[in-house]
Amino acid sequence: MEYQNLFTQVQVVGPIHEGIPLDRYDRRNRIGKPFLFHLMGRIGNAQIGPIYLGWLGIASLFFGTIAIQIMGWNMLASVNWSPIQFVKQFFWLSLDPPNPKYGLKLFMPLAEGGWWMMAGFFLTLAILLWWLRTYRRAVALGLGTHVAWGFLAAIWLFLVLGFLRPLLMGSWSEGVPFGIFSHLDWTAAFSLRYGNLFYNPFHMLSIAFLYGSVLLFAMHAGTILAVSRFGGEREIEQIVDRGTASERAALFWRWTMGFNATMESIHRWAWWFAVLTPLVGGIGILLTGTVVDNWYLWAVKHHVAPTYPNVFGGITVDPAATFVAPPPPVPQIPMQGMKP
Amino acid sequence: MKRIYAKFSLLLILFSMLLLAGCERPPIEAVQHGYRGTAMDLIYNPRTLAAQAPDNVVPASYPVPADGPKAATAYKNVKVLGNLSTAQFTAFMVSMTSWVSPQQGCAYCHNVENFADDSKYTKIVSRRMIQMNQRINSNWQTHVKQTGVTCYTCHRGNNIPQQVWFTAPEQKQGNGWLGNKNGQNTPSQSVGLSSLPYDPFTPFLLKDSMIEVNGDTALRTDNKRNIKDTEKTFGLMIHMSTSLGVNCSYCHNTRAIASWEESPPQRATAWYGIRMAQDINNNFMVPLTKVFPAHRLGPTGDVAKANCGTCHQGAYKPLYGVSMLTDYPYLRGSGTTTAATKTSLTNVSTVK
Repeated sequence: MEYQNLFTQVQVVGPIHEGIPLDRYDRRNRIGKPFLFHLMGRIGNAQIGPIYLGWLGIASLFFGTIAIQIMGWNMLASVNWSPIQFVKQFFWLSLDPPNPKYGLKLFMPLAEGGWWMMAGFFLTLAILLWWLRTYRRAVALGLGTHVAWGFLAAIWLFLVLGFLRPLLMGSWSEGVPFGIFSHLDWTAAFSLRYGNLFYNPFHMLSIAFLYGSVLLFAMHAGTILAVSRFGGEREIEQIVDRGTASERAALFWRWTMGFNATMESIHRWAWWFAVLTPLVGGIGILLTGTVVDNWYLWAVKHHVAPTYPNVFGGITVDPAATFVAPPPPVPQIPMQGMKP
Repeated sequence: MKRIYAKFSLLLILFSMLLLAGCERPPIEAVQHGYRGTAMDLIYNPRTLAAQAPDNVVPASYPVPADGPKAATAYKNVKVLGNLSTAQFTAFMVSMTSWVSPQQGCAYCHNVENFADDSKYTKIVSRRMIQMNQRINSNWQTHVKQTGVTCYTCHRGNNIPQQVWFTAPEQKQGNGWLGNKNGQNTPSQSVGLSSLPYDPFTPFLLKDSMIEVNGDTALRTDNKRNIKDTEKTFGLMIHMSTSLGVNCSYCHNTRAIASWEESPPQRATAWYGIRMAQDINNNFMVPLTKVFPAHRLGPTGDVAKANCGTCHQGAYKPLYGVSMLTDYPYLRGSGTTTAATKTSLTNVSTVK
């Protein structure tokens, strides 16, 4: 029962861990005196810090802050600087991309997209610098760079949505607004405009990988928690020296579905599923509007979309084909004797 | 430990309740509206429908009184409905009063010392509105079918129908170079509290801007409609959905929103409805702008205009599709004549 709990059951409190030995340069960038925080220990490691910021981290946070500031002050200005309205309308507020008439121009009035261009530029800069940081920190610790490449897959989708696709479409107005509801409505409008994104095969793949990621995550977490009473959380050692926990876990899956991943391969499964989600999704977005205009018709053309019987008792036809507007009403009532 | 868990759980429950605050409480009923297994369902909440039902009861009406001397000859300054008999004419005036100005009575439109006097703006407007009724019932049967409309369809006992629209004013913002909302990103009932452009009426129900956004080829050809156009159309569609209390699937097969062949027939009715609203607004409401006093006009000085909600008021058909026209046949106008109107009331909409 204790292994089904939401919170960490075993919180080992030991001496503070300073990390691996570092050279002088790296030591200077490592800041903050580490301390233990019990509540954090219930969901993760109780030790907070030290943090390694470095110049990449500082530059990334600097540009990221500029981007967030541009979005935030624009949102505040859009409610006439009312802090109360800012909070009340926060989910609706948005910084929108340029008007379509500006096409791919780099400069336009600030209120008509200039701010969006700047926010997008600084946000992209911040994210790319942060990516570099994840890569460099991994190398500094002697790790593989798997996390950085995974992060890059997400950045790919971000760049497709806000930069590459607008570039190919010839208009920055195709970009995504910065706002909670506005980007969700943008997403729905995007699918409506291009004839239902669910018929986009890359969207299908992306969904399969996304749901697959969730499923794998749940299966793996469940398995490891279930065998942790046998030491199953020592996964890395068990890659080469499997022991009873691994064997029981493997047997469980062979019994229930005839096949099992190994302590190593399960992590490759999870990594690839996670990475492929935005990777194929980005391809799907990039093709939308640039190559394919109507995914439903594309799916009909390629026999993906099935035909269903018409159940409405007759085919509905476009009224525009036969519509004749009634002539303007005559005669008008004379508006005499009026004292408005 | 137990107490900490209890506190944690309580917090979690409170938090999840907060997340659900915007949701509608069950039950929901799904009504199939397309081929089985395609999720073409209409979702209703019986509680919402029950709350709405009393607003959609048709008021009692008087039987059509007998024919007799014509109102046009008996009364002065009768410009519409002149060939009703005086009995029919006064009965209709009484009905109209109960529909539009139950509190103020005759004095809302008439100078009670001289009923023929045209000095009140409300009289000019109501005369035009009677003609509008006749035009809708005769020229827009593509939308209103044989059910038709009366004053009550929109007014429901109010001087001004509860759901009318004005062109949204330009957004005021600091010094003009920061915080442009671009006519959207505001919690507005007109677009169902989405962040879509909150005035879909001016482009589509007053002007005749293009609504279609989908192309008719699989691959890219010459369809230049962009995302901003789509958001405007989307806003109009949300308005239609909330005005009628229906889902998208009432008019569209949502797998292929643009395809007419796949659409339920209701979509064609709605298509005519959009054109009817344009006709009402451009040919009846806008010309009356100068007639209305300033306090009846909108923030940009424009007249109150009609959208789908003006008549529908949350119901899939106004008054659930019950026709009041059988009791008020003269509102049918000249376009159609039923057996009843043919004998006694000919060409009623013609103004002398």
